[in-house]
Amino acid sequence: MIHKIRDKGFNIIMDINSGAVHVVDDLVFEIVSLMERDSEISDESVCRSLSPEYSENEIIEALEEVRTLIKQKYLFSPDIYKDYAKEFIERQAEEGIIKAMCLHVAHDCNLKCAYCFAGEGEYHGDRGLMDFETGKAALDFLMDRSGSRVNLEVDFFGGEPTMNFDVVKRLVSYGREQEKIRNKKFRFTLTTNGILLNDEILDFVNAQMGNLVLSIDGRKEVNDRMRPTANGLGSSYDIIVPKFLKAAKSRNQTNYYVRGTYTHYNTDFAKDVLHLHDLGFEQISVEPVVCDPSEPYAIQESDIDVLCEQYDILVDEIIKIRKSGGFINFFHFMLDLSGGPCLAKRVKGCGSGTEYVAVTPNGDIYPCHQFAGEKEFLMGNVKTGMDRPDIAKNFSRCNVYSKADCKDCFAKFYCSGGCAANAYHSTGDINSTYKIGCALQRKRLECAVILKAALGDS
Amino acid sequence: MKHIQTLGNRDYEKSLKHGGCGECQTSCQSACKTSCTVGNQSCENREQTK
Repeated sequence: MIHKIRDKGFNIIMDINSGAVHVVDDLVFEIVSLMERDSEISDESVCRSLSPEYSENEIIEALEEVRTLIKQKYLFSPDIYKDYAKEFIERQAEEGIIKAMCLHVAHDCNLKCAYCFAGEGEYHGDRGLMDFETGKAALDFLMDRSGSRVNLEVDFFGGEPTMNFDVVKRLVSYGREQEKIRNKKFRFTLTTNGILLNDEILDFVNAQMGNLVLSIDGRKEVNDRMRPTANGLGSSYDIIVPKFLKAAKSRNQTNYYVRGTYTHYNTDFAKDVLHLHDLGFEQISVEPVVCDPSEPYAIQESDIDVLCEQYDILVDEIIKIRKSGGFINFFHFMLDLSGGPCLAKRVKGCGSGTEYVAVTPNGDIYPCHQFAGEKEFLMGNVKTGMDRPDIAKNFSRCNVYSKADCKDCFAKFYCSGGCAANAYHSTGDINSTYKIGCALQRKRLECAVILKAALGDS
Repeated sequence: MKHIQTLGNRDYEKSLKHGGCGECQTSCQSACKTSCTVGNQSCENREQTK
Protein backbone atom coordinates (compact mmCIF):
# COMPACT_ATOMS: atom_id res chain seq x y z
CA MET A 1 0.00 0.00 0.00
CA ILE A 2 1.31 3.42 -0.91
CA HIS A 3 0.05 6.96 -0.68
CA LYS A 4 1.08 9.64 -3.16
CA ILE A 5 1.11 13.36 -2.47
CA ARG A 6 1.83 16.04 -5.06
CA ASP A 7 1.85 19.42 -3.38
CA LYS A 8 3.94 22.58 -3.04
CA GLY A 9 6.34 21.39 -5.73
CA PHE A 10 7.04 18.04 -4.08
CA ASN A 11 6.25 14.51 -5.19
CA ILE A 12 5.99 12.31 -2.13
CA ILE A 13 5.45 8.58 -1.96
CA MET A 14 4.65 7.09 1.42
CA ASP A 15 5.11 3.36 1.76
CA ILE A 16 2.51 2.63 4.40
CA ASN A 17 3.62 -0.82 5.53
CA SER A 18 7.30 -0.02 6.06
CA GLY A 19 7.06 3.61 7.18
CA ALA A 20 9.42 4.74 4.41
CA VAL A 21 8.70 8.16 2.92
CA HIS A 22 10.30 9.08 -0.38
CA VAL A 23 10.64 12.34 -2.27
CA VAL A 24 10.75 11.50 -5.95
CA ASP A 25 11.05 13.26 -9.29
CA ASP A 26 8.22 13.42 -11.82
CA LEU A 27 9.48 10.36 -13.68
CA VAL A 28 9.47 8.08 -10.64
CA PHE A 29 6.10 9.47 -9.62
CA GLU A 30 4.74 8.39 -13.03
CA ILE A 31 6.39 4.98 -12.83
CA VAL A 32 5.02 4.30 -9.36
CA SER A 33 1.57 5.44 -10.47
CA LEU A 34 1.69 2.91 -13.32
CA MET A 35 2.78 0.18 -10.90
CA GLU A 36 0.03 1.10 -8.50
CA ARG A 37 -2.52 0.52 -11.24
CA ASP A 38 -0.85 -2.68 -12.45
CA SER A 39 1.50 -4.38 -10.01
CA GLU A 40 2.62 -6.83 -12.71
CA ILE A 41 3.52 -4.20 -15.28
CA SER A 42 6.66 -5.00 -17.25
CA ASP A 43 9.60 -2.65 -17.76
CA GLU A 44 8.80 -2.62 -21.47
CA SER A 45 5.25 -1.45 -20.81
CA VAL A 46 6.52 1.27 -18.49
CA CYS A 47 8.94 2.46 -21.19
CA ARG A 48 6.20 2.46 -23.80
CA SER A 49 3.85 4.39 -21.55
CA LEU A 50 6.35 7.11 -20.68
CA SER A 51 8.01 7.58 -24.08
CA PRO A 52 8.71 9.91 -25.70
CA GLU A 53 8.26 12.29 -22.76
CA TYR A 54 11.25 10.62 -21.15
CA SER A 55 14.20 8.92 -22.85
CA GLU A 56 14.52 5.15 -22.57
CA ASN A 57 17.80 5.50 -20.65
CA GLU A 58 16.18 7.80 -18.11
CA ILE A 59 13.25 5.46 -17.65
CA ILE A 60 15.47 2.40 -17.21
CA GLU A 61 17.62 4.25 -14.66
CA ALA A 62 14.58 5.36 -12.66
CA LEU A 63 13.03 1.91 -12.90
CA GLU A 64 16.16 0.39 -11.39
CA GLU A 65 15.88 2.68 -8.41
CA VAL A 66 12.21 1.81 -7.97
CA ARG A 67 12.90 -1.92 -8.27
CA THR A 68 15.68 -1.58 -5.68
CA LEU A 69 13.27 -0.04 -3.16
CA ILE A 70 10.70 -2.73 -3.85
CA LYS A 71 13.35 -5.41 -3.28
CA GLN A 72 14.34 -3.74 0.00
CA LYS A 73 10.63 -3.74 0.98
CA TYR A 74 10.56 0.04 1.22
CA LEU A 75 8.04 0.43 -1.59
CA PHE A 76 4.85 -1.58 -2.13
CA SER A 77 5.81 -3.54 0.97
CA PRO A 78 3.23 -6.03 2.23
CA ASP A 79 1.28 -5.76 5.47
CA ILE A 80 2.74 -8.65 7.48
CA TYR A 81 1.73 -7.44 10.93
CA LYS A 82 -1.78 -8.72 11.56
CA ASP A 83 -0.77 -11.90 13.42
CA TYR A 84 1.99 -10.08 15.30
CA ALA A 85 -0.49 -7.42 16.36
CA LYS A 86 -3.01 -9.99 17.59
CA GLU A 87 -0.39 -11.81 19.62
CA PHE A 88 1.09 -8.59 21.03
CA ILE A 89 -2.31 -7.20 21.98
CA GLU A 90 -3.38 -10.43 23.69
CA ARG A 91 -0.10 -10.56 25.62
CA GLN A 92 -0.48 -6.93 26.66
CA ALA A 93 -4.07 -7.51 27.81
CA GLU A 94 -2.96 -10.47 29.88
CA GLU A 95 -0.15 -8.46 31.54
CA GLY A 96 -2.61 -5.68 32.39
CA ILE A 97 0.15 -3.11 32.82
CA ILE A 98 -0.86 0.49 33.47
CA LYS A 99 1.80 3.15 32.98
CA ALA A 100 0.02 6.45 32.45
CA MET A 101 -2.60 8.26 34.44
CA CYS A 102 -4.67 11.37 33.99
CA LEU A 103 -5.17 12.49 37.56
CA HIS A 104 -8.23 14.67 38.00
CA VAL A 105 -7.21 16.50 41.13
CA ALA A 106 -10.06 18.99 40.76
CA HIS A 107 -13.52 18.51 39.35
CA ASP A 108 -14.10 22.18 39.61
CA CYS A 109 -13.11 25.07 37.41
CA ASN A 110 -12.77 28.83 37.42
CA LEU A 111 -13.70 29.21 33.77
CA LYS A 112 -16.96 28.28 32.05
CA CYS A 113 -15.70 26.99 28.72
CA ALA A 114 -18.65 26.24 26.47
CA TYR A 115 -17.11 23.16 24.87
CA CYS A 116 -15.69 21.57 28.02
CA PHE A 117 -16.10 17.80 27.87
CA ALA A 118 -15.78 17.93 31.63
CA GLY A 119 -19.06 19.86 31.88
CA GLU A 120 -17.33 22.97 33.29
CA GLY A 121 -15.20 20.78 35.47
CA GLU A 122 -17.84 18.55 37.01
CA TYR A 123 -17.71 15.57 34.63
CA HIS A 124 -21.39 14.69 35.00
CA GLY A 125 -20.97 14.54 38.78
CA ASP A 126 -20.49 16.78 41.78
CA ARG A 127 -17.84 19.41 42.09
CA GLY A 128 -14.97 18.18 44.19
CA LEU A 129 -11.27 18.24 44.93
CA MET A 130 -9.09 15.17 45.31
CA ASP A 131 -7.65 14.71 48.79
CA PHE A 132 -4.03 13.72 49.28
CA GLU A 133 -4.83 10.20 50.46
CA THR A 134 -6.81 9.45 47.30
CA GLY A 135 -4.04 10.92 45.13
CA LYS A 136 -1.46 8.85 46.99
CA ALA A 137 -3.58 5.73 46.49
CA ALA A 138 -3.73 6.58 42.78
CA LEU A 139 0.06 6.83 42.50
CA ASP A 140 0.43 3.59 44.49
CA PHE A 141 -2.10 1.93 42.17
CA LEU A 142 -0.13 3.13 39.15
CA MET A 143 3.18 1.88 40.53
CA ASP A 144 1.64 -1.44 41.59
CA ARG A 145 0.18 -2.01 38.15
CA SER A 146 3.21 -0.82 36.17
CA GLY A 147 5.12 -4.11 36.17
CA SER A 148 8.56 -3.64 34.70
CA ARG A 149 7.81 -0.22 33.17
CA VAL A 150 10.17 2.43 34.45
CA ASN A 151 8.68 5.56 32.89
CA LEU A 152 5.34 6.46 34.43
CA GLU A 153 3.31 9.46 33.33
CA VAL A 154 0.96 11.47 35.45
CA ASP A 155 -0.95 14.44 34.09
CA PHE A 156 -2.48 16.71 36.72
CA PHE A 157 -5.76 17.55 35.10
CA GLY A 158 -9.18 18.86 35.91
CA GLY A 159 -11.35 20.80 35.92
CA GLU A 160 -8.59 23.13 36.87
CA PRO A 161 -5.76 21.45 38.83
CA THR A 162 -4.29 24.67 40.22
CA MET A 163 -7.46 24.96 42.35
CA ASN A 164 -5.98 22.06 44.33
CA PHE A 165 -2.30 22.82 43.98
CA ASP A 166 -1.24 21.96 47.52
CA VAL A 167 -2.30 18.38 46.83
CA VAL A 168 -0.44 18.47 43.50
CA LYS A 169 2.75 19.50 45.32
CA ARG A 170 2.37 16.82 47.96
CA LEU A 171 1.72 14.16 45.32
CA VAL A 172 4.78 15.17 43.32
CA SER A 173 6.84 14.98 46.47
CA TYR A 174 5.41 11.54 47.26
CA GLY A 175 6.11 10.38 43.71
CA ARG A 176 9.71 11.59 43.83
CA GLU A 177 10.23 9.76 47.10
CA GLN A 178 8.73 6.54 45.79
CA GLU A 179 10.53 6.52 42.43
CA LYS A 180 13.82 6.04 44.21
CA ILE A 181 12.47 3.19 46.31
CA ARG A 182 10.65 1.44 43.48
CA ASN A 183 12.95 2.17 40.54
CA LYS A 184 10.37 4.22 38.68
CA LYS A 185 10.60 7.53 36.92
CA PHE A 186 7.60 9.84 37.11
CA ARG A 187 6.97 12.28 34.31
CA PHE A 188 4.57 14.88 35.54
CA THR A 189 2.51 17.21 33.39
CA LEU A 190 0.23 20.06 34.43
CA THR A 191 -2.64 21.13 32.21
CA THR A 192 -3.94 24.52 33.28
CA ASN A 193 -6.20 27.35 32.14
CA GLY A 194 -3.75 29.78 33.74
CA ILE A 195 -6.19 31.81 35.83
CA LEU A 196 -4.42 30.96 39.08
CA LEU A 197 -0.95 30.55 37.61
CA ASN A 198 1.55 32.53 39.67
CA ASP A 199 5.30 32.61 40.30
CA GLU A 200 5.11 30.06 43.08
CA ILE A 201 3.22 27.55 40.94
CA LEU A 202 5.43 28.24 37.93
CA ASP A 203 8.64 27.73 39.91
CA PHE A 204 7.34 24.43 41.20
CA VAL A 205 6.20 23.29 37.75
CA ASN A 206 9.52 24.25 36.18
CA ALA A 207 11.42 22.32 38.82
CA GLN A 208 9.26 19.22 38.73
CA MET A 209 7.25 18.84 35.58
CA GLY A 210 8.49 17.68 32.21
CA ASN A 211 5.58 19.21 30.36
CA LEU A 212 3.21 22.12 30.86
CA VAL A 213 0.03 22.49 28.83
CA LEU A 214 -1.43 26.00 28.77
CA SER A 215 -4.99 26.30 27.51
CA ILE A 216 -5.74 29.23 25.19
CA ASP A 217 -7.65 29.24 21.91
CA GLY A 218 -5.93 32.03 20.00
CA ARG A 219 -7.28 35.48 19.12
CA LYS A 220 -8.87 37.35 21.99
CA GLU A 221 -12.40 37.32 20.61
CA VAL A 222 -12.13 33.62 19.74
CA ASN A 223 -10.72 32.68 23.13
CA ASP A 224 -13.15 34.74 25.19
CA ARG A 225 -16.21 33.55 23.28
CA MET A 226 -15.63 29.92 24.24
CA ARG A 227 -13.57 30.44 27.41
CA PRO A 228 -15.46 33.03 29.48
CA THR A 229 -14.64 33.67 33.11
CA ALA A 230 -16.81 31.91 35.71
CA ASN A 231 -18.65 35.10 36.62
CA GLY A 232 -18.85 36.31 33.04
CA LEU A 233 -16.84 39.43 33.85
CA GLY A 234 -13.55 40.38 32.28
CA SER A 235 -11.51 38.61 29.64
CA SER A 236 -9.78 35.31 30.36
CA TYR A 237 -7.42 36.13 27.46
CA ASP A 238 -6.25 39.30 29.21
CA ILE A 239 -5.64 37.40 32.43
CA ILE A 240 -3.73 34.47 30.98
CA VAL A 241 -1.63 35.82 28.10
CA PRO A 242 1.00 37.61 30.22
CA LYS A 243 1.25 34.61 32.53
CA PHE A 244 1.59 32.16 29.66
CA LEU A 245 4.27 34.26 27.99
CA LYS A 246 6.21 34.32 31.21
CA ALA A 247 5.79 30.55 31.57
CA ALA A 248 6.99 29.89 28.01
CA LYS A 249 10.01 32.11 28.50
CA SER A 250 10.84 30.57 31.86
CA ARG A 251 10.90 27.14 30.19
CA ASN A 252 13.18 28.40 27.42
CA GLN A 253 10.40 27.90 24.88
CA THR A 254 10.54 24.13 25.26
CA ASN A 255 8.64 21.41 27.13
CA TYR A 256 5.36 23.25 27.07
CA TYR A 257 2.45 23.80 24.70
CA VAL A 258 -0.08 26.52 24.37
CA ARG A 259 -3.03 24.36 23.53
CA GLY A 260 -6.21 25.60 21.91
CA THR A 261 -9.45 24.20 20.61
CA TYR A 262 -11.00 25.34 17.36
CA THR A 263 -14.72 25.00 16.65
CA HIS A 264 -17.28 25.68 13.95
CA TYR A 265 -17.09 29.32 15.07
CA ASN A 266 -13.46 29.73 14.01
CA THR A 267 -12.93 27.56 10.99
CA ASP A 268 -10.25 30.11 10.06
CA PHE A 269 -8.19 28.73 12.94
CA ALA A 270 -4.85 29.17 11.15
CA LYS A 271 -5.18 32.81 12.21
CA ASP A 272 -5.36 31.66 15.82
CA VAL A 273 -2.25 29.54 15.51
CA LEU A 274 -0.39 32.41 13.90
CA HIS A 275 -1.73 34.83 16.49
CA LEU A 276 -0.29 32.64 19.24
CA HIS A 277 3.02 32.65 17.41
CA ASP A 278 2.88 36.43 16.98
CA LEU A 279 2.33 36.75 20.72
CA GLY A 280 5.63 34.97 21.27
CA PHE A 281 4.80 31.29 21.65
CA GLU A 282 6.80 28.67 19.78
CA GLN A 283 5.17 25.39 20.90
CA ILE A 284 1.60 25.42 19.72
CA SER A 285 -1.20 22.88 19.56
CA VAL A 286 -4.63 23.86 18.29
CA GLU A 287 -7.10 21.06 17.79
CA PRO A 288 -10.66 20.47 16.60
CA VAL A 289 -13.38 20.47 19.25
CA VAL A 290 -14.89 17.13 20.15
CA CYS A 291 -18.49 17.39 21.29
CA ASP A 292 -22.05 16.35 20.67
CA PRO A 293 -22.67 16.89 16.93
CA SER A 294 -25.85 18.81 17.75
CA GLU A 295 -23.94 21.61 19.51
CA PRO A 296 -23.87 24.82 17.43
CA TYR A 297 -20.08 25.00 17.70
CA ALA A 298 -19.55 21.35 16.62
CA ILE A 299 -17.38 20.78 13.56
CA GLN A 300 -19.60 19.74 10.67
CA GLU A 301 -18.69 17.55 7.71
CA SER A 302 -19.27 20.63 5.56
CA ASP A 303 -16.40 22.34 7.43
CA ILE A 304 -13.81 19.77 6.41
CA ASP A 305 -12.70 21.41 3.13
CA VAL A 306 -12.29 24.80 4.78
CA LEU A 307 -10.36 23.27 7.68
CA CYS A 308 -8.07 21.40 5.30
CA GLU A 309 -7.29 24.70 3.55
CA GLN A 310 -6.35 26.12 6.95
CA TYR A 311 -3.81 23.36 7.45
CA ASP A 312 -2.39 24.20 4.00
CA ILE A 313 -2.13 27.85 5.01
CA LEU A 314 -0.32 26.80 8.16
CA VAL A 315 2.22 24.79 6.19
CA ASP A 316 2.98 27.83 4.01
CA GLU A 317 3.28 30.12 7.01
CA ILE A 318 5.43 27.70 9.02
CA ILE A 319 7.79 27.36 6.07
CA LYS A 320 8.03 31.16 5.84
CA ILE A 321 8.69 31.51 9.57
CA ARG A 322 11.28 28.75 9.67
CA LYS A 323 13.07 29.92 6.53
CA SER A 324 13.29 33.45 7.84
CA GLY A 325 15.08 32.25 10.97
CA GLY A 326 12.09 32.08 13.29
CA PHE A 327 10.74 29.01 15.00
CA ILE A 328 7.32 27.49 15.42
CA ASN A 329 6.39 23.94 16.27
CA PHE A 330 2.81 22.93 15.52
CA PHE A 331 2.02 19.83 17.53
CA HIS A 332 -0.14 18.12 14.94
CA PHE A 333 2.56 18.45 12.30
CA MET A 334 5.18 16.80 14.47
CA LEU A 335 6.41 13.65 12.84
CA ASP A 336 9.50 11.59 13.51
CA LEU A 337 9.84 9.61 10.31
CA SER A 338 12.88 7.58 11.30
CA GLY A 339 12.69 7.46 15.09
CA GLY A 340 8.99 7.34 15.82
CA PRO A 341 7.10 4.61 17.61
CA CYS A 342 7.59 0.93 16.83
CA LEU A 343 4.95 -1.05 14.98
CA ALA A 344 3.51 -2.47 18.22
CA LYS A 345 2.64 1.02 19.41
CA ARG A 346 1.33 2.10 16.02
CA VAL A 347 -1.08 -0.80 15.90
CA LYS A 348 -2.44 -0.35 19.38
CA GLY A 349 -2.82 3.40 19.71
CA CYS A 350 -3.14 5.57 22.80
CA GLY A 351 -3.70 2.74 25.29
CA SER A 352 -6.87 4.19 26.81
CA GLY A 353 -8.53 1.74 29.15
CA THR A 354 -5.48 -0.49 29.16
CA GLU A 355 -2.11 1.14 29.87
CA TYR A 356 -3.66 4.60 30.31
CA VAL A 357 -6.48 5.47 32.71
CA ALA A 358 -8.07 8.52 34.28
CA VAL A 359 -8.77 8.86 38.00
CA THR A 360 -11.42 11.19 39.40
CA PRO A 361 -11.27 13.10 42.72
CA ASN A 362 -12.90 10.24 44.63
CA GLY A 363 -10.52 7.68 43.11
CA ASP A 364 -12.82 6.23 40.45
CA ILE A 365 -11.01 4.81 37.46
CA TYR A 366 -12.14 5.42 33.89
CA PRO A 367 -10.55 4.42 30.55
CA CYS A 368 -9.48 8.02 29.90
CA HIS A 369 -10.34 11.61 30.80
CA GLN A 370 -12.99 11.78 28.08
CA PHE A 371 -14.99 8.96 29.68
CA ALA A 372 -14.73 10.30 33.25
CA GLY A 373 -18.15 10.36 34.91
CA GLU A 374 -19.81 8.05 32.37
CA LYS A 375 -20.90 5.31 34.73
CA GLU A 376 -21.00 2.55 32.14
CA PHE A 377 -17.23 3.04 31.83
CA LEU A 378 -16.45 3.03 35.57
CA MET A 379 -13.69 0.43 35.89
CA GLY A 380 -13.05 0.48 39.63
CA ASN A 381 -11.45 2.64 42.30
CA VAL A 382 -7.80 3.14 43.20
CA LYS A 383 -8.58 2.22 46.82
CA THR A 384 -10.41 -1.00 46.07
CA GLY A 385 -8.98 -2.01 42.71
CA MET A 386 -10.40 -2.85 39.31
CA ASP A 387 -13.78 -4.53 39.40
CA ARG A 388 -14.72 -4.31 35.73
CA PRO A 389 -11.95 -6.17 33.86
CA ASP A 390 -14.38 -6.55 30.96
CA ILE A 391 -14.01 -2.82 30.20
CA ALA A 392 -10.22 -3.09 29.92
CA LYS A 393 -10.71 -6.15 27.75
CA ASN A 394 -13.01 -4.28 25.38
CA PHE A 395 -10.53 -1.43 25.10
CA SER A 396 -7.64 -3.81 24.56
CA ARG A 397 -9.40 -5.02 21.42
CA CYS A 398 -9.31 -1.57 19.78
CA ASN A 399 -6.59 -1.56 17.18
CA VAL A 400 -5.87 -0.80 13.56
CA TYR A 401 -6.95 -4.29 12.45
CA SER A 402 -10.20 -4.32 14.37
CA LYS A 403 -11.58 -1.21 12.65
CA ALA A 404 -12.95 -1.69 9.16
CA ASP A 405 -12.37 1.94 8.19
CA CYS A 406 -8.65 1.68 8.95
CA LYS A 407 -7.98 -1.21 6.60
CA ASP A 408 -7.28 0.87 3.51
CA CYS A 409 -6.38 4.16 5.20
CA PHE A 410 -2.88 5.52 4.60
CA ALA A 411 -2.84 7.18 8.03
CA LYS A 412 -3.50 4.00 10.00
CA PHE A 413 0.02 3.60 11.39
CA TYR A 414 0.15 7.29 12.41
CA CYS A 415 -3.16 7.71 14.25
CA SER A 416 -3.30 4.02 15.18
CA GLY A 417 -7.03 3.72 14.76
CA GLY A 418 -7.85 7.07 16.31
CA CYS A 419 -9.38 8.11 19.58
CA ALA A 420 -11.73 5.59 21.23
CA ALA A 421 -13.65 8.37 22.97
CA ASN A 422 -14.23 10.26 19.74
CA ALA A 423 -15.39 7.04 18.10
CA TYR A 424 -17.74 6.26 20.97
CA HIS A 425 -19.21 9.73 21.22
CA SER A 426 -19.85 9.95 17.49
CA THR A 427 -21.00 6.38 16.78
CA GLY A 428 -21.69 4.66 20.12
CA ASP A 429 -18.88 2.15 19.51
CA ILE A 430 -15.32 2.47 20.82
CA ASN A 431 -14.17 0.17 18.05
CA SER A 432 -15.45 2.45 15.33
CA THR A 433 -14.00 5.66 13.87
CA TYR A 434 -14.90 9.34 14.01
CA LYS A 435 -15.13 10.29 10.36
CA ILE A 436 -14.50 14.04 10.68
CA GLY A 437 -11.48 13.34 12.86
CA CYS A 438 -10.19 10.84 10.30
CA ALA A 439 -10.46 13.34 7.44
CA LEU A 440 -8.55 15.97 9.43
CA GLN A 441 -5.97 13.45 10.59
CA ARG A 442 -5.23 12.42 7.01
CA LYS A 443 -4.82 16.06 5.99
CA ARG A 444 -2.51 16.81 8.92
CA LEU A 445 -0.35 13.82 8.07
CA GLU A 446 0.02 14.95 4.47
CA CYS A 447 0.90 18.44 5.67
CA ALA A 448 3.44 17.09 8.14
CA VAL A 449 5.20 15.11 5.42
CA ILE A 450 5.24 18.06 3.03
CA LEU A 451 6.67 20.21 5.80
CA LYS A 452 9.46 17.69 6.37
CA ALA A 453 10.28 17.79 2.68
CA ALA A 454 10.15 21.57 2.48
CA LEU A 455 12.30 22.14 5.55
CA GLY A 456 14.71 19.38 4.61
CA ASP A 457 14.65 17.74 8.02
CA SER A 458 13.57 14.30 9.03
CA MET B 1 19.86 7.47 -5.84
CA LYS B 2 19.36 10.07 -8.52
CA HIS B 3 15.58 10.07 -8.81
CA ILE B 4 14.57 9.17 -5.25
CA GLN B 5 15.46 10.68 -1.93
CA THR B 6 14.22 8.83 1.14
CA LEU B 7 13.04 11.39 3.64
CA GLY B 8 12.77 8.94 6.51
CA ASN B 9 12.21 5.29 7.16
CA ARG B 10 11.04 3.84 10.45
CA ASP B 11 11.24 0.31 9.01
CA TYR B 12 8.34 -1.24 10.91
CA GLU B 13 9.40 -4.79 10.12
CA LYS B 14 12.74 -4.20 11.80
CA SER B 15 10.96 -2.64 14.79
CA LEU B 16 9.21 -5.95 15.50
CA LYS B 17 12.45 -7.33 16.88
CA HIS B 18 12.71 -5.05 19.91
CA GLY B 19 9.32 -3.32 19.78
CA GLY B 20 6.56 -3.05 22.33
CA CYS B 21 8.64 -2.16 25.38
CA GLY B 22 5.99 0.40 26.38
CA GLU B 23 8.40 3.00 27.73
CA CYS B 24 7.38 5.69 25.24
CA GLN B 25 5.04 8.52 26.04
CA THR B 26 1.30 8.01 25.98
CA SER B 27 0.04 10.24 23.20
CA CYS B 28 -2.69 11.92 25.22
CA GLN B 29 -0.18 12.96 27.88
CA SER B 30 1.64 15.26 25.48
CA ALA B 31 -0.73 17.98 24.38
CA CYS B 32 -3.70 16.59 22.62
CA LYS B 33 -6.35 15.13 24.94
CA THR B 34 -8.88 15.02 22.13
CA SER B 35 -7.26 13.06 19.33
CA CYS B 36 -4.83 10.22 18.85
CA THR B 37 -1.35 11.34 17.89
CA VAL B 38 0.75 8.22 18.16
CA GLY B 39 2.74 9.02 15.03
CA ASN B 40 4.35 12.08 16.54
CA GLN B 41 5.67 10.39 19.66
CA SER B 42 9.28 9.30 19.91
CA CYS B 43 10.67 5.86 20.52
CA GLU B 44 12.53 5.54 23.81
CA ASN B 45 14.00 2.11 23.28
CA ARG B 46 17.68 2.41 22.47
CA GLU B 47 17.70 -1.06 20.94
CA GLN B 48 15.20 0.20 18.40
CA THR B 49 17.37 2.92 17.03
CA LYS B 50 20.55 0.88 16.69
